[in-house]
Amino acid sequence: MVKLMINGRAIEAKEGMTVLQAAQEAGITIPTLCDHPDLESFGGCRLCVVDVKGWRTPMASCTLPVNEGMVVETHSPAIEKSRKTILELFMSNYHDSGYENGQKEETQFMHWVKHYGLDVEKSMAAAPHYTVDSDANPFVFVDLNKCIQCTRCVRACADIQGRFVWSMAERGFNTHPVAGADTDMLDARCESCGACVAYCPTGALDNKMSLGAGVPDKLVMTTCTYCGVGCQFELNVKDGKVIRVTSTEKAPVNGNHLCVKGRYGYDFIHHPERLVKPMVRRYLLEGKKPVVSDQSSVTSGPWDWVETEWEKALDIVADKFADTRTKFGADSMGFLTSAKCLNEENYLMNKLARQVIGTNNIDHCARL
Amino acid sequence: MSNSMDDVAKFAQAFFIIGSNTTEQHPVFGAMLRQAVRQRGAKLIVADPRKIDITEFATLHLRQKPGTDIALLNGLMYIILEKGWEDKAFIEERTENFDEFKATVMQYPPEKVAEITRVPVEKLYEAAEIIASSKPTAVLWAMGITQHIVGVRNVMDLANFQMLLGNMGKPGGGVSPLRGQNNVQGACDMGGLPNVYPAYQPVTSEEAREKFEKAWGATTEAKVGLTVTEMMPGILEGKVKSMYILGEDPVMSDPDTKHIRHCLEELDFLVLQEIFPSETAAYADVLLPGSSFAEKTGTFTNTERRVQMVRQAIEPLGESKPDWWILSKLAKKLMVRISERVQKDAPHAGWEYQDTAEIMSEINAVTPSYGGITHARLEAGERLQWPCPTADHPGTPILHTKQFTRGKGKFMAIDHVPPAERPDDDFPMIMSTGRVLYHWHGGQMTRRAAGIMQVYGEALVELNPDDADKLGVNGRNILRITSRRGSIEAKAWVTDRVPPGMVYANFHFPEASANELTHASLDPVSKIPSYKVTAVKVELV
Repeated sequence: MVKLMINGRAIEAKEGMTVLQAAQEAGITIPTLCDHPDLESFGGCRLCVVDVKGWRTPMASCTLPVNEGMVVETHSPAIEKSRKTILELFMSNYHDSGYENGQKEETQFMHWVKHYGLDVEKSMAAAPHYTVDSDANPFVFVDLNKCIQCTRCVRACADIQGRFVWSMAERGFNTHPVAGADTDMLDARCESCGACVAYCPTGALDNKMSLGAGVPDKLVMTTCTYCGVGCQFELNVKDGKVIRVTSTEKAPVNGNHLCVKGRYGYDFIHHPERLVKPMVRRYLLEGKKPVVSDQSSVTSGPWDWVETEWEKALDIVADKFADTRTKFGADSMGFLTSAKCLNEENYLMNKLARQVIGTNNIDHCARL
Repeated sequence: MSNSMDDVAKFAQAFFIIGSNTTEQHPVFGAMLRQAVRQRGAKLIVADPRKIDITEFATLHLRQKPGTDIALLNGLMYIILEKGWEDKAFIEERTENFDEFKATVMQYPPEKVAEITRVPVEKLYEAAEIIASSKPTAVLWAMGITQHIVGVRNVMDLANFQMLLGNMGKPGGGVSPLRGQNNVQGACDMGGLPNVYPAYQPVTSEEAREKFEKAWGATTEAKVGLTVTEMMPGILEGKVKSMYILGEDPVMSDPDTKHIRHCLEELDFLVLQEIFPSETAAYADVLLPGSSFAEKTGTFTNTERRVQMVRQAIEPLGESKPDWWILSKLAKKLMVRISERVQKDAPHAGWEYQDTAEIMSEINAVTPSYGGITHARLEAGERLQWPCPTADHPGTPILHTKQFTRGKGKFMAIDHVPPAERPDDDFPMIMSTGRVLYHWHGGQMTRRAAGIMQVYGEALVELNPDDADKLGVNGRNILRITSRRGSIEAKAWVTDRVPPGMVYANFHFPEASANELTHASLDPVSKIPSYKVTAVKVELV
């Protein structure tokens, strides 16, 4: 362990830790933008600078390893002033065109801008420098007028997804992230995982599907419905509708990472084709099943779908199943349970087949 | 999986991926593997006929001919034995039947294997050396291994492979079959199979049957039931009269679509419980509106046996209901009509569930591996992987650390068997099937996701540039792919992802589903269809 002083407090930190990490562990919040615990340190935004006794200039705490006997000040007046200046400089290049963003809450950048008392309207650039919505990707909204060159998108793509879509191009005032050789993200082999959006602290990269969707009433942590990895995420719900999916470091398997289906494949939930009422073929309400050569091609008359109440639909099913069982035996019935449904539901399907009906004819798509 | 994903990603010195398109099918885990290669220099060997994305990160890519995995594995094990790289202590202490196994493997010298698999001899040596010198190596696979007539034999040979190297029961080692669907692991665990009750208690076991008969208050059947691939033809044989399908879409996901349509046509009565009018809905007599994952609370079990909460975020849409509600209500109605079967005083005879936590309590009582997994523990933040037999058990991240389920691990002598359908003059190319990153299985959900359709809105068939040249294809031209069972038309994606002589098609789009072409040749044990090898003819339309 390394012993050091931060803001007059004696602190012990593990060897190899940064001053930022040591401070965070001690419950001291140092403002950061380019730093993220999941990503390699960059030391670019300078917001996390601290004074170290005996050193001439303030140091970026995110890349500064702890040293025995170090004496650190994180919030001296000079440091706080320099943070405000840094934010003013960022704001002078920042332009918000006024659309409602697709993030679930205030961005990390806006949080610090307001924290340091900057007037957003007055301090931001007068006009946009880049085209708003400059990429065709259907999931990722790109507005480089909000970019502060922190490179978290570049590192998220490299360090999390391993795809290397983003890199920084040009110099000085014109420095900005580009996809591939300054092309569209998908042309630069983007897999639309949305990691760059999840790690962007300013909203320069945003969730296109959620622009204007508003602030959620609640966040519900749940498990993804697509593959067997078992990622967890938060469903953002507003007025009974899922308006976005956000990743969270609390997810045991995936942390902040998701894939395109998990993060952006949720709009099927509210698709107008959802079945919302039990339906039976008209013949079941009117009498005997007619004989036809191709059931799927018949869409009228006895094969009409008729909406019914639950009681009626389930009575029809129970009557038919009981009748089949009596006439042809329990093994004349087949049950397909579902790898998309809950454990509890699969258990019930197994119980229904084996207990209520008395057959082992139960399977699902494990083989397919 | 015998191990956990983070364990494998953190501790494996090498990954051997055979028959898994990990970055597209398990994308978040695939990304973890990329990072393991990139950030800590883990070695990666990919054995796959296709140049799938993760091969970009591979130390070595073995491009075996489809359907020759056993020859490839035996060839690698031959070299390991020849060089004396096997883990002699592990074999001695933890396994049996080594000699018979060895005698079979010795029939697969590298030259012969190179001929069968088309993997050059020097690459076989290189792969064997990397794997043997990287301790432990994790083996990962998915349907590329199992969807063959030799699916079970492929898996047994992979078990042989890991036992030979002594990689079982160790952090970073083990066998990692990656389960496809979000809860395919759970559906199997919960007895959604014709041969086992929950927790794989065999229906043929007197003891297991007695246990469930007592719990449920009903006599149960001792005979193994029909698999999905047997039920369908069973309809035509007059064996199956009625079916109840919960959230499955056989028209899209089963082999030989034309045949499946014919079977469902002949079925007397079909109840489909679904969230969308799927392709199978055309054949249903009753449609029951179930609900999506966002509308109900319960649990899913992932590929590493981790049981996790699913939590209701919104009300079920319209008059749709959670599937467990529908099942309970139907069961109660059926028990009135089939009143003689169930003795109501048995401890778990009833179907009066207030919520899924109550169902989980019943699962706890009859499912040893889930004995201690409750909603309360999961809600308290505990991270549980089965087996977790009791309320104070911490769960089991790694299986087989001290011994195998049967005691000693048994080496099996496995011989190469060629695929059921091989190319000939009329159908000269091999088609393999699978999914793509942007879509999910039969596509009922992803085809209804607007952004996803914008990126990948129609079926593409992967075709090698050499074959494209021969056919006169120079871009996204429309191809007609024909097998002995049917024909589809879809646009070509000219790419060296597939080798010459092979095409790759998906089954996400009903208008061009690869399953119109596939055949129902099954593995004799698992009854899995051999989706990975179909003989086809490819033409330019």
